[in-house]
Amino acid sequence: MNTENNIKTLIVKKPLKLDCGKTINEFPIAYETYGTLNEKKDNAILVFHALTGDQFVTGLNPITKKDGWWSYAVGPDKAIDTKKYFVICANVMGGCMGSFGPSHEDPSTGSAFGTNFPVITINDMVNAQYNLLGHFGIDKLFSIAGGSMGGMQVLQFISNFPDKAKTVIPIACTSSHSAQNIAFNELGRQAIAADSNWKDGDYSSKDTIPNKGLAVARMAAHITYLSKKGLQEKFGRKLQEREDLKFGFDADFQIESYLRYQGSVFVDRFDANSYLYITRAMDYFDLAKQFKGNLSDAFRATRAKFFIISFTSDWLYPTQENKDIVIALNSIGADVGFVEIESDKGHDSFLLDVPDFLSALKNFLDKSYTEN
Amino acid sequence: MKNEFKVIAELIEKDIKVLDVGCGDGILMEYLKNNKNTNIRGLEISKSKVQECIAKGLTVIEGNAEKDLKQFPDKSFEFVVLSQTLQAFLNPELVINELLRVGKKAIVTIPNFGYWRVRLHLLIKGTMPITKTLPDEWYNTPNIHMCSIKDFFYFAKSRNIKIFKSLAINNQNVSIINDSNLTIKNFFADLGIFLIEK
Repeated sequence: MNTENNIKTLIVKKPLKLDCGKTINEFPIAYETYGTLNEKKDNAILVFHALTGDQFVTGLNPITKKDGWWSYAVGPDKAIDTKKYFVICANVMGGCMGSFGPSHEDPSTGSAFGTNFPVITINDMVNAQYNLLGHFGIDKLFSIAGGSMGGMQVLQFISNFPDKAKTVIPIACTSSHSAQNIAFNELGRQAIAADSNWKDGDYSSKDTIPNKGLAVARMAAHITYLSKKGLQEKFGRKLQEREDLKFGFDADFQIESYLRYQGSVFVDRFDANSYLYITRAMDYFDLAKQFKGNLSDAFRATRAKFFIISFTSDWLYPTQENKDIVIALNSIGADVGFVEIESDKGHDSFLLDVPDFLSALKNFLDKSYTEN
Repeated sequence: MKNEFKVIAELIEKDIKVLDVGCGDGILMEYLKNNKNTNIRGLEISKSKVQECIAKGLTVIEGNAEKDLKQFPDKSFEFVVLSQTLQAFLNPELVINELLRVGKKAIVTIPNFGYWRVRLHLLIKGTMPITKTLPDEWYNTPNIHMCSIKDFFYFAKSRNIKIFKSLAINNQNVSIINDSNLTIKNFFADLGIFLIEK
């Protein structure tokens, strides 16, 4: 896909040593900003996107022509008010919206990296994005925020750079990917690998696209983002544009049609190899393990103010996993607030119009900013 | 701010770390933060009250004192405050132990079941007492472990909990409770405030 237009890119000159052992040089980080950085440069918020997000947080995404993934939360007068704050978001490394990823050209072969791209981690992602602070001349961010994999990046960022953010907002996330999380990701990866068009990751030079595999991966993942109750209320057993069952394997039910649609639109905007790399990074995430099993040690050096948010119907990153982070912070006397928001919209709640969530986010940010 | 909170605030020194257990909408927390420069944290079970606290810029954790005090290390706060909720716990003794583990000192307030209006209500009407501080009917009250000031005194003694200060509140009147006036205070106060340590 042509993604050159409308994409701002920072070429990072400083070599970055990845967790896999390889070092990368002169790599691109694609980013977008919203609002204005004030003179004191104390109003910047670095937002981290989730698995299939990108740097286009709000407003019209110039590539997909759809609303940005966090349009409910970010914008003028919204929870993350772009009249007040300067919002930065970067496409993660391994992604497919301009940052260094598997669809980039491998100079040694002249074709896309594909699976020759190094396996990256959440740690590598935040280390790469840290370069944006220098680029904008920001000494300390007012806040870092993100949900799901974005929340994992938030946790890793403050652990790596303890004095670089005043407030820290991990949402609907975990400090360590569970067996169930890994299992769902593996299902998605295997769906992609089972598509004969995948060609061991070398599909771009063979001029094929593993659309079917990627669509199935998206369908499976999409179920994990919703709650049983939410699905039942929205779809139940409603039939799709038909009076009765057709006794075949067409999409008889609305839920089937909905999932197929979700899969089909996803392949237009996402790269299959990026899906493999980013899910791998999530699976490798285990912040406590980086500190010999003691999660509290990840946060011992920071004085930042944390606000952790979970959702009642999120079974992918359930409240207890979010609370484990609260517990680790409390055990070292860190400044941490926590609320579980009532919502039947599942893990996706953080992306949707959930007024209690949006008001908590807004109140926390605005109050913390006035106390600045 | 209600008189009870003014009395609690009087007992708390400036510039220290305090945990308000069952902090409600954060009125006491806000007062301590603004007037005593307290490094104040709250624990609250109600989601809507937690939201109110966040809107006031207070650091509050949604949680249940019976389960969630565990996560705080020993003596990690100078004071832990528990205002009029002891009687609502399934296991008040466990909560008191936790308060005294987490805090160097604890301030516990209780609605006094020995108050004369409570006694009179039961004596005359023969039904469960309803007063200003105990407004609910027996079938919907959260208060499942009511006690009197005297009960709390005896409880503390039996568990070797030191009572540094105990105060009786009756409307706007605040007075000190001691061994010699215990029976009288237990009759005339509708609220007891205890500063304890173990």
